[in-house]
Amino acid sequence: MSDDWPLFEVFIRARSGLEHKHVGSVHAADARMAIEHARDVYTRRQEGVSIWVVRSSAIVASDPEEAEALFEPARDKVYRHPTFYAIPEEVKNL
Amino acid sequence: MYTQALDSPTPLKPGSSGAQPSLERRFEERIEQDEKIEPKDWMPEAYRQTLIRQISQHAHSEIVGMLPEGNWITRAPSLRRKAVLIAKVQDEGGHGMYLYSAAETLGVARAEMLEQLLDGRAKYSSIFNYPTLTWADVGAIGWLVDGAAIMNQIPICRCSYGPYARAMVRICKEESFHQRQGFEIMLALARGTAQQRAMAQDALNRWWWPSLMMFGPSDATSTHTAQSMRWRIKRFTNDELRQKFIDATVPQAQFLGLAIPDPALRWDETSEHYLIGPIDWSEFKAVLQGNGPCNRERLAARRCAHEAGRWVRDAAAAYAAKHPEARGVEP
Repeated sequence: MSDDWPLFEVFIRARSGLEHKHVGSVHAADARMAIEHARDVYTRRQEGVSIWVVRSSAIVASDPEEAEALFEPARDKVYRHPTFYAIPEEVKNL
Repeated sequence: MYTQALDSPTPLKPGSSGAQPSLERRFEERIEQDEKIEPKDWMPEAYRQTLIRQISQHAHSEIVGMLPEGNWITRAPSLRRKAVLIAKVQDEGGHGMYLYSAAETLGVARAEMLEQLLDGRAKYSSIFNYPTLTWADVGAIGWLVDGAAIMNQIPICRCSYGPYARAMVRICKEESFHQRQGFEIMLALARGTAQQRAMAQDALNRWWWPSLMMFGPSDATSTHTAQSMRWRIKRFTNDELRQKFIDATVPQAQFLGLAIPDPALRWDETSEHYLIGPIDWSEFKAVLQGNGPCNRERLAARRCAHEAGRWVRDAAAAYAAKHPEARGVEP
């Protein structure tokens, strides 16, 4: 079995003014080829104006097992949202 | 989609960990609540294996599916038809890539899937083992084969496994042009000369039954359906989807003025469905087992393409080895 080329994650900016968004992954021998493959695979219908590729092995991800520890603490802090505060209706521009 | 490198599955054998029953229960609950399962989440080994099998077969089908139509690119009757056909075949290649990526998130290497396809171990959709004898076949494939594929694939957009569902959303969005261009070809032929109409009818005659078989064995004999539905990989049974396809397609054939090649076909007032005659499942089994009209030809074409591309892959690898700065890693 031949070895796979390295895997690259692909991020595409749909149009200027928007952030790059993860769309998928491609195998390629090097970064330039990864961009060419990403163009062929993910932008056949004008889906983007800019492509980022990054070696998948360079991504560090959070562990789903730790999701609770990481994200639960934000749940009871509703006072971080503007709707938490009751302001009389006659007060404007708040 | 995430990566194999990120997602090397933790080998958890049943009973090997005290935590497993609770993991399994949480998994079932998430499925029950229609939550998506993502690559790094815990999942039962059988769920993983079922998805690897289904997604890789799906990917292989897209790749082999390029061959019957690719056969007509050089002979498309106009520049417009040629451009459309190239775009469609290129889409099928792209769809194969989305699906291989999705399968890889489950911990199977792309090279391994490719090898399984090339050495004949992997299955792909039986439909691509039929020949494309005339230009009308290109129309019939778009109309019927892509039509059946869309019918099959739309429910998979809601599949419980996130990467597969997302790949399917992209694919379904792109495929609707495939079906419409096919119907347009059929329409042009159906409105053409007597010879062209005969060509369209002949294509329908040959593609109708194989298209119905694309939905897989009938519910009574389908081995995977029940579990896949419990896991919300599948949302409808094979027979339900087949019936939807028949109900949608018969009126389209009537519009074209073509006859469905089934003397038993009739509209049933009570159920409000078109009922068909019996499907020849022996043909389906023969094609699946490698004895269809084109099985050997299709695999030979794939192997030949793989071999013919070897020098390109070697050159790219040699270039990357000489230019570490181009590899996308810090030197």
